[in-house]
Amino acid sequence: MNARFALLLLAFLGLPAFAHKASDAYLTIEQHADAADVRLDVALRDLDAAIGLDADGDGAITWRELRASHEAIAQYVMTRLSLSAGGQACALRAVDHRVDRHTDGAYAVVRLAARCAEAPALAIDYRLMFDTDATHRGLVRYVAAGGATKSIVLSADAPHASLAVHTGVVEQARAYVLQGAHHIAEGADHLLFLVSLLLPAVVVRRGRQWAPVASFRDAFVDAAKIVTAFTLAHSITLTLAVLDVVTLPSRLVESAIALSVVLAALNNLRPVVRNARVGAAFAFGLVHGFGFAGALGELGLPDDALVLSLASFNVGVELAQLALVAAFLPVAFALRATAAYRRIALSGGSAAIVAVGALWFVERTFDVPLALAFAAR
Amino acid sequence: MRMLNRWLVLALHALACTSLLAAPFIPASDDEVLETLPEVRDATLTMLKREQSALRARPGELALASAFARRAIAAARASGDPRYLGQARAALAPWWSAGEAPPVALLLRATVKQSLHDFPGALADLDRLLAIAPGDAQARLTRATVRNVLGRHADALADCDALPRDTPPLVVTACRADAASRAGRARTAYDVLARGLADSRADASLRAWASTIAGEIAARLDAADAAERQFRLSLALDAGDPYTLGAYADFLLDRGRRREAVALLARHTRNDALLLRYVIALRDVDTAAFERHRVELAARVDASRRRGDGVHLREEARYALDIERDPEAALALARANWNVQREPADVRVLAEAARAAGDAGAMRIVSDWTTATGLEDTRVAALLKGGA
Repeated sequence: MNARFALLLLAFLGLPAFAHKASDAYLTIEQHADAADVRLDVALRDLDAAIGLDADGDGAITWRELRASHEAIAQYVMTRLSLSAGGQACALRAVDHRVDRHTDGAYAVVRLAARCAEAPALAIDYRLMFDTDATHRGLVRYVAAGGATKSIVLSADAPHASLAVHTGVVEQARAYVLQGAHHIAEGADHLLFLVSLLLPAVVVRRGRQWAPVASFRDAFVDAAKIVTAFTLAHSITLTLAVLDVVTLPSRLVESAIALSVVLAALNNLRPVVRNARVGAAFAFGLVHGFGFAGALGELGLPDDALVLSLASFNVGVELAQLALVAAFLPVAFALRATAAYRRIALSGGSAAIVAVGALWFVERTFDVPLALAFAAR
Repeated sequence: MRMLNRWLVLALHALACTSLLAAPFIPASDDEVLETLPEVRDATLTMLKREQSALRARPGELALASAFARRAIAAARASGDPRYLGQARAALAPWWSAGEAPPVALLLRATVKQSLHDFPGALADLDRLLAIAPGDAQARLTRATVRNVLGRHADALADCDALPRDTPPLVVTACRADAASRAGRARTAYDVLARGLADSRADASLRAWASTIAGEIAARLDAADAAERQFRLSLALDAGDPYTLGAYADFLLDRGRRREAVALLARHTRNDALLLRYVIALRDVDTAAFERHRVELAARVDASRRRGDGVHLREEARYALDIERDPEAALALARANWNVQREPADVRVLAEAARAAGDAGAMRIVSDWTTATGLEDTRVAALLKGGA
């Protein structure tokens, strides 16, 4: 009878369900620009159940036994805890081991140093203990670089979370403006596309020859039209993609961007669409917008400030483009009448861009890494 | 003397606070013992740990996993330590979310869910199990319990009646008495159960469990002598049972027998639910001890709230009401608890919080429920009448 009804009493008396504290670990994550300090407090009892601390089996865990396990603890933690910034994993390293007392006993305190990509939000993936105690929780307190904090609870059912905090509006806007600018500055494909469209801004086609434009104003107006068309177009698709109205497979988008670079540069060598660069800027701008959306998706967008982040990212993109125009146009204008500009910059440059774009196109379309993989980041 | 007391309170308070805020340290000596594992004192727990390492080598082996889960659930029950429940759940992980699981896995899964206060989840598993194995006594009993917790007393009674013939008579009697006593037939239920207990030669743990149920029924009926007798009988059979200790302490507190409650619980303060009752009992009895344990309790409640799984709602409501003296917060917690479970103790805490907060709407829930079910509880009845 006893064996059959061993569980009976348990079944009948529903409570008190939890008379002791359940298994929790405490994580404090302080983010700095490209680094984070992590403090993890995990109960010695839990660590003992997971990896065995009580070497001599006497039921008492001494500092000697814990010290001997530091390596194993660090190993255990680093295989089950990961942080990432902007879609890239942070490099974690255990830097210090101590002990602390909580209400339910002694905890090992492990300090970790994390080196992360610079990004406005960290993401965490936490899987400690879940395979030994499925009701374990990771209680995370996150301190953003600006000082804002956020608390979340991670469990076996929800081991992953974004640590984006609702920071001040200005702080958040600034972070996304920087990311937008960053993306242009590092995205060689966007840059080369723009350069291809801007190279002819200081010249006009006369028959089969290029002739310098008369005034800076003409060059400026031409460049402004192109940049505006490009901006308008990619803003539209970026917004549509972020709001999940339209999404395209990233391989298709990346290939199309490469193709846009090739076609824009080709048009400088053998003008097909005469005086229609504004239209080309708009049409291909639509494609580039989907590319920006992919980059923004990797960063992670806070749900509570979607519009702000999106707008700020876009502003960042524009600022970087304007910087390019500001640097390029005066120089190009000064050199516009020289043969060097027409032969080396316009023709040679465009030819080189065609070559690079073609390589990207092949790489991206057929998924083969070629020589110029580095340039496309 | 009073002055001295106050200083003592302050000093202890400060001490408690600093110990909570203490910075991480490096122990002075290699030989310093940092933690003593609970299995040191307990052969069952030692066995449990051995099985855990065996299971780690062969996860997904049903016989091994179910034996371990069974032992872990029993350990959670005996010690009140939820870590064992978490270990049981982890052992059952291969069968945790599968629709079609072997009967033994379904039963253990339901038991763990019930203990974690996932009553709808437990019920779904038990329904599935009883559809394929209607003669499973353990599943019937567990479902009767869950149905009782949800306030479905007629359904619970149906499960008690459907227990197989070879079930020990005392189990059937106690099952029926528990359900019937919540549905307007408390006096008869008590009499039948008391008689069954007197006649029973069932083993000690079964009789201890049945007399706890009898004690609770008698306490609700305000039959003080009978309740006292049953609780004492239960503790004589199973001295350290946390559930019975809590029920008996509540009985003593209701009658203003605080010193006895203090004496009963003094050695059981590691248990959060019992510490709560201990602190309530200490107020006005021993100010210094009250203050010291109140700080400790506050830290544990805080830790539990940070975890945020809401398994403690009934106790949290009582803490807010009796310790923090915050009726509004207590009522919010009691209402949240009411959405999860509807046992007599849940009715009681809702009524107390509603009365303290002067909330007619919540009081209405209590009176509707009492009318609908026929619950007999003198304290709840007094609260409904407007007394306290």
